[in-house]
Amino acid sequence: MTKRRSALLTALLASLMLSQAPAHANGLDDILARGTLKVAVPQDFPPFGSVGPDMKPRGLDIDTAKLLADQLKVKLQLTPVNSTNRIPFLTTGKVDLVISSLGKNPEREKVIDFSRAYAPFYLAVFGPSDTAINGLADLKGKTISVTRGAIEDIELTAVAPEGTTIKRFEDNNTTIAAYLAKQVDLIASGNVVMVAIAERNPKRIPALKIKLKDSPVYVGVNKNEPALLEKVNQILAAAKADGSLEKNAQLWLKQPLPADL
Amino acid sequence: MAYQFDFLPVLHNADLLLHGALFTLELTAIGTLLGVSLGILGAVVRAWRIRPFAAIFGVYVELIRNTPFLVQLFFIFFGLPSLGLQISEWQAAVLAMVINLGAYSTEIIRAGIQAIPRGQLEAAAALAMTRFEAFRHVVLLPALGKVWPALSSQIIIVMLGSAVCSQIATEELSFAANFIQSRNFRAFETYALTTLIYLVMALLIRQLLNWLGRRYIARNR
Repeated sequence: MTKRRSALLTALLASLMLSQAPAHANGLDDILARGTLKVAVPQDFPPFGSVGPDMKPRGLDIDTAKLLADQLKVKLQLTPVNSTNRIPFLTTGKVDLVISSLGKNPEREKVIDFSRAYAPFYLAVFGPSDTAINGLADLKGKTISVTRGAIEDIELTAVAPEGTTIKRFEDNNTTIAAYLAKQVDLIASGNVVMVAIAERNPKRIPALKIKLKDSPVYVGVNKNEPALLEKVNQILAAAKADGSLEKNAQLWLKQPLPADL
Repeated sequence: MAYQFDFLPVLHNADLLLHGALFTLELTAIGTLLGVSLGILGAVVRAWRIRPFAAIFGVYVELIRNTPFLVQLFFIFFGLPSLGLQISEWQAAVLAMVINLGAYSTEIIRAGIQAIPRGQLEAAAALAMTRFEAFRHVVLLPALGKVWPALSSQIIIVMLGSAVCSQIATEELSFAANFIQSRNFRAFETYALTTLIYLVMALLIRQLLNWLGRRYIARNR
């Protein structure tokens, strides 16, 4: 590409960005005036968001979006996104909020603001409810299945005490199959994966034993929207207090809301 | 080429590869002993049409030789526990190898037995050999001698096929290689070294079997 063409392209991109920059001063007032809350939700990440048998989006994130829209007394408009485009949808003003199993990290915090957490998301060691594990030391003598090379493998390998047998499998499915076939005592994975197990095999429902890495999910809000962020936090705090968040977690994650959320 | 070759991260884990290689050899040794024994039994039963076992071995041979080893292994490791039969991953690996080699060697050795002229058995009877002596010197050893190269190749195939057992977390050579690769992402170096180790092991086993064949089998032919 020639220099002149790339300069032209840069100018074009810059003008596009300018035209999409939020013209409003207050996102909350815009939503209330418009009467519609636009939210980006996941389309293929159950149980947070997926397409139900009726072809309508369903999941924990969708229910959280409904909760916010109800409390704001506006209509809800859902936009399905994936994990790569969910933040651009917010920063370019196509949606008001991102509720898409979004975890917090320093890179993202430079670009957008985060509300308080609305649901847990973590990697952990899980096992049958009758296996007593109260600390890392109790893992000694136990066998744990884990997907080789996954983050939970690295974390577990780092903290597992001597005498723990870690069985590493090729992919998530064989890791789960080994647990369901009782070839291992425990399984290390994400809490979302455990929901899938609980739905498929009620005989060996995995209960949380030890958390390896905590990364709860937050509502993403554009920068410089203190009023909107404040309102979202208020609604979430009230929903936690009245048990709505707890109900959602039980419904979609099959687990109680952690006390420290 | 932009890729910088670096074997050091792999060599740091050489002990893992070595342990894996030794475990592969152990699996192969047990699998071969039991598998070939099963094969001899099956071959005799099928060659001499001993009822009703000939039919049972017939079904077994067709079932195993016409399904993938990986599926057999998964059935044993993930499937059997549903029936209440709980076996560990190395037991499942050995069992799968024995069952697999048993089926192939049944057919290989049966070919050897059927190639023995009837007259030789009659000659053994004329020489007043006992049934066991006749079986050993006139049937089994000559039959094994005839098919020894084919049987050796099958044993090596089973040794190489044991790489599949890494899928059920049996910590053999391929498992070690996959593990190292998942930690340092040095795929080329890890698998190049692993390939070399498999090659050396296969050549060594071939030499060992050739020697065993010359020493104990061929002179009885």
